[in-house]
Amino acid sequence: MLLGVALVLGACGFIGNEDAPLTTFEPAGPFAERIDGLFWPVFWIATVVFALVMGAIFVAVVLYRDKDGAKEARQLHGSPKLEILWTVIPALILAGIAVPTTAAVFELSECDPEAMEIEVIGHQWWFEYHYPDAGIETANVMVIPAGTEICAKMTSDDVLHNFWIPALNGKRYLVPGQETELRLQADQPGEYWGHCAEFCGLSHSLMRARVVALDSADYQAWVTAQQAPTLLPAEGTPEYEGYQVYLNKQCTLCHTVRFDDDSASNIVPADAFNGPDLTHFADRSTFAGATLPEEGESRTAALKRWLENPPEVKPGSFMPDLALTEAEIDSLIIWLESNT
Amino acid sequence: MTATAERPQTTIFSRPKSTTGFWSWVTTVDHKKIGIMYGYAAFAFFVLGGVEALLLRIQLTQANSEFLTAGAYNALFTMHGTTMIFLFVMPVGAAFMNYLLPLLIGARDVAFPRLNALSWWIFFFGGIFLYSTFIFGTSVPPVGVDGLGGIDGNLAAGGGPGSFNFLASSPDGGWFGYQPNAGPLYSPGTAMDYWALGLQILGLASLISSINFIVTVFNMRAKGMRLLRMPVFAWMSTVVAFLLLFSLPIIAIALFMVTADRQFGALFFAPTGGGDPILWQHLFWLFGHPEVYILILPAMGIVSEVLPVFSRKPLFGYSAVVFAGAAIAFLGFGVWAHHMFASGITPVAQAAFGLATMTIAIPTGIKIFNWLGTMWMGRIRLTTPLLFAIGFVAMFTIGGLSGVTHSIVPSDWQQTDTYYIVAHFHYVLFGGAVFGIFAGLYYWFPKLTGRVMSEKLGKTQFWLMIIGFNLTFAPMHWLGLQGMVRRTWKYAPETGLEPWNVAVTIGAFIIALAIAVFMFNWYTSKRRGRLSGLDPWDARTVEWMSPNPTPEYNFAVPPVVERLDHFWHLKYDEDEEGRAAAKPDMDQILSDIEEEQLNPRAPIHLPNPSYFPFFVALGIPVIFYGIIYHTTMWGKALIVLGVLITLSSLIGWSTEPLEEPHSEHADPDEGYAHEPAEEVMPS
Amino acid sequence: MTDLVHGEAVDHGHPEHESTEVDNRKLGMWVFLSSEFLFFGALISNYLIYSNRGGFEGVYPAAIYDIPFTSVSSFVLLMSSLTMVLAHNALSRGDQNGTKTWLFATASLGAVFLGGQVFEFTEFIVEYDMALTTNPAASAFYVLTGFHGIHVAIGVIMLLSLWGLARRKEGLSEKAGLNLELVGLYWHFVDIIWIVIFTVVYLLSTVPS
Repeated sequence: MLLGVALVLGACGFIGNEDAPLTTFEPAGPFAERIDGLFWPVFWIATVVFALVMGAIFVAVVLYRDKDGAKEARQLHGSPKLEILWTVIPALILAGIAVPTTAAVFELSECDPEAMEIEVIGHQWWFEYHYPDAGIETANVMVIPAGTEICAKMTSDDVLHNFWIPALNGKRYLVPGQETELRLQADQPGEYWGHCAEFCGLSHSLMRARVVALDSADYQAWVTAQQAPTLLPAEGTPEYEGYQVYLNKQCTLCHTVRFDDDSASNIVPADAFNGPDLTHFADRSTFAGATLPEEGESRTAALKRWLENPPEVKPGSFMPDLALTEAEIDSLIIWLESNT
Repeated sequence: MTATAERPQTTIFSRPKSTTGFWSWVTTVDHKKIGIMYGYAAFAFFVLGGVEALLLRIQLTQANSEFLTAGAYNALFTMHGTTMIFLFVMPVGAAFMNYLLPLLIGARDVAFPRLNALSWWIFFFGGIFLYSTFIFGTSVPPVGVDGLGGIDGNLAAGGGPGSFNFLASSPDGGWFGYQPNAGPLYSPGTAMDYWALGLQILGLASLISSINFIVTVFNMRAKGMRLLRMPVFAWMSTVVAFLLLFSLPIIAIALFMVTADRQFGALFFAPTGGGDPILWQHLFWLFGHPEVYILILPAMGIVSEVLPVFSRKPLFGYSAVVFAGAAIAFLGFGVWAHHMFASGITPVAQAAFGLATMTIAIPTGIKIFNWLGTMWMGRIRLTTPLLFAIGFVAMFTIGGLSGVTHSIVPSDWQQTDTYYIVAHFHYVLFGGAVFGIFAGLYYWFPKLTGRVMSEKLGKTQFWLMIIGFNLTFAPMHWLGLQGMVRRTWKYAPETGLEPWNVAVTIGAFIIALAIAVFMFNWYTSKRRGRLSGLDPWDARTVEWMSPNPTPEYNFAVPPVVERLDHFWHLKYDEDEEGRAAAKPDMDQILSDIEEEQLNPRAPIHLPNPSYFPFFVALGIPVIFYGIIYHTTMWGKALIVLGVLITLSSLIGWSTEPLEEPHSEHADPDEGYAHEPAEEVMPS
Repeated sequence: MTDLVHGEAVDHGHPEHESTEVDNRKLGMWVFLSSEFLFFGALISNYLIYSNRGGFEGVYPAAIYDIPFTSVSSFVLLMSSLTMVLAHNALSRGDQNGTKTWLFATASLGAVFLGGQVFEFTEFIVEYDMALTTNPAASAFYVLTGFHGIHVAIGVIMLLSLWGLARRKEGLSEKAGLNLELVGLYWHFVDIIWIVIFTVVYLLSTVPS
């Protein structure tokens, strides 16, 4: 019991939070900070209550342990005064906790009407991001301006998902057929990790999220770059070979790429099955539901593994094993990595 | 009253007569035998659920592990939760209630003995039905993309890398079956149908039980056993019965709706057709929240029995404890959406449910403080049952406090769906319910066997268990708040989650060791344990006025109850300081009681055994198998067959002879059958 | 010692116990019916949620109700409660013939009600294309009224069984009389639920805009 508490508290020192990118203990924005501010006082009150209860148990067992020759116990039946006391005091403590809690629920729930909107669409097993004002579509990495409130308007294309960036706010469900809202704000530039937290099928544990906050100049630059279409590779280049593989293997059935040469652009209709938009693929630090590349792996190596057999990497993946040859894979990778 | 009387020949078979041997167990309507069967079955499922947990833990010990496939992992956590809740904690509660309730109120049996047997057999067949998915169930990943030839063969059952793929064909939509993931589009195959229909069967068993227990408590108490003189465990059982009565219909409807979606094309939860996935959550948790009180209240009742006996003082604040239990149950119907704070319900709803959830802490606290008050200034004997009861109080307090942190709604947005929640409910369910169950098993073992379990082995089990338990679940609080989400097959090494996961797995194996010690203790104590005599613990309540092991008729002479803790007051007076003072003739009193209860002076008629509960129950899974395969000829035939079995058995049940036609003392109550017999002279 | 167990009753015939003075089986039926209130409560809530939600494809139940027709079958069911009371009355007066008649009447009226339900459902499916699979409001409607119908059918079976027993030479015994009371309780419950359904689902329902 005390052992358990000691373990937990000891862990705080043992593992620094820099080694735990999904921690809730390093709030990086106003909403997560507000929550942090609610949690700790309650945690300490709970610790005190627990200590009192454990203390009473220990003292009772030590003081009143049956020994030879001990007198029988007085047959007390109860005490109305004590009953009132230990009903009213907890009620008062809870009332004290309830007030800031209720206030926070309302204040944290509704987006500021001036907030920047980003649409989040959950799929099995990746997050899609639309920037309606900027006209940008991307996946896996949500880029935001630091110090600005974002209103994530969220829904799902298939089953229930959950969008959770612990450093920025609590989580919110993505419900198919409905829209939910989540306030996000990162005070400083940086990379913030997240995860889908609602069981959504075979690769639920491989549905991760990444939020990258940039200072306003960098953010503007990113927006401009994203708004421009990607360049169609010139014929005869290795990139062009890769692009041919992309066409021949029918990747265009699911993946959208916007090219400067409009006739080459492939836009998958909204009502068809959509895979992640691959325009500017190489700008993203992570892919495949923000799981690849793994730590210590180069993107090339990760792409190779992925293209060899997607369902092997991500069980249930709707991107099937296309039986690509090594040459085809290498070629594709050359094109993909040029896709900035 | 001579010789044999005419018996109406309305049945083909005569009523079974055996009291020993295999068939006596199949046809029994004796609440004690039924309780024992519930207990052994529940424990077997406990071990199965534990094995499932160990497999999950092995997978999670290392980051990026591939010990299990993703599909196998999903199936195992689904079955672990489903098994532990519906096939272990609920039935073991039923085991205690079945065996003890009549004894605690001074009765000979429950109100409806055959119905009681029916509940047991429905549960038994339901458990088998559910577990048969490992053999018959199919789990297929969602349909593939048009034009691309669908999903690979390697995803037939589990998908992706790893081993033990064969496990993946069992229900894998979570024990909570959230829609639409567990619906027809995203969980094709039959596995989740076995889940939904299996739970339906189990719910029916519990519902029937609850009706039985309520009528028993209200109508069958011994003379003088007023409601507020009943032992707390009897009260908690009654409250649980009401919780079951009102929450099970809701889940029955919800499961029917999901079956309608999966099997008959209904659109209740299909977003593409306008269905609302959140509606499933409301219906599920309207049942699910009262369910957790169903799981914990029996254990709270046990603790309320054990603490006074081993503190040698009455339960502090008996009425407060009883009413707090009722309050928890009542309030428990009003907090269900606290499982849904992050699901998109409005801020008003979140605030309301948050506040309601906080209020439940108050009656819970009342109970905990009264338990502490029971021990305070007692004369404490640290026996194994008491150690487990104390363990309950400590561990449940932790779990309850983490529950209070969940009611801080915005903080719950961080906590929900992480291992922090897993920690919370294991503290209350394992640290709470399971510890309470072990306290009860050690405490009431003498009633079952006439022997006492080994204290040495018991204490070994306790210490192994409390250390292993805390090592397993305490780190989960931390892991959750460090970002480990629930239902996660794999996690990346960069998340820093691995070291504590190793500790958790070690703890889990220590728990397994503790359970093994318990099983060894049970087995050897049954055979060679020290004989208990009538009153091994110097107890307070009337079930200890029946000899050990309990005779078939429970009480030769039902007690006439004069006050709360009637048995204690037969043995003890109070001196001027209010301390217990043994009556000078206490030994004589006890041996008189034993003598009287072991030697009935007049014939006692008991409910006759019956074949029909077994057969009525047998038809039910047959029908449900048929429903799963209803699109085939086989399926339709099974439905018809099952209906025939159940219906004809019901007819047999209602027409089998109940009473001796010529006896003037025919008891109008159902179940007190009079078997015509030769006249017997009392010995 | 065990010879004395399972033997004939010689000692106190009726064990002394604390009780509510209500027969076990009657109390059991009341307890069961209280559970059924929640069963239908969940079904009715379901219907209310979906029938008030706009935007579904396909026809809504409220658009195709034939209120006059359903009023008649509701009246029939209400009358069957009256005949049920008359049956119970007859038995307590020892009038076996009356009991038989009124039992049969109750079962018949119940069967007529069921017939009306079948007719109504058939109309809905064939004429108006509203099936279980049309939209969530339709699903909710069918599941609610379907379960009610199943309850009525079970009631009819129980009534006919009682009627069959009543037709024996010796008529219905006092013990079977309790059974009649229990079936009566059940039947009245089924009727009350129908009154709620008829009001909430048929009379008060409108198609959402």
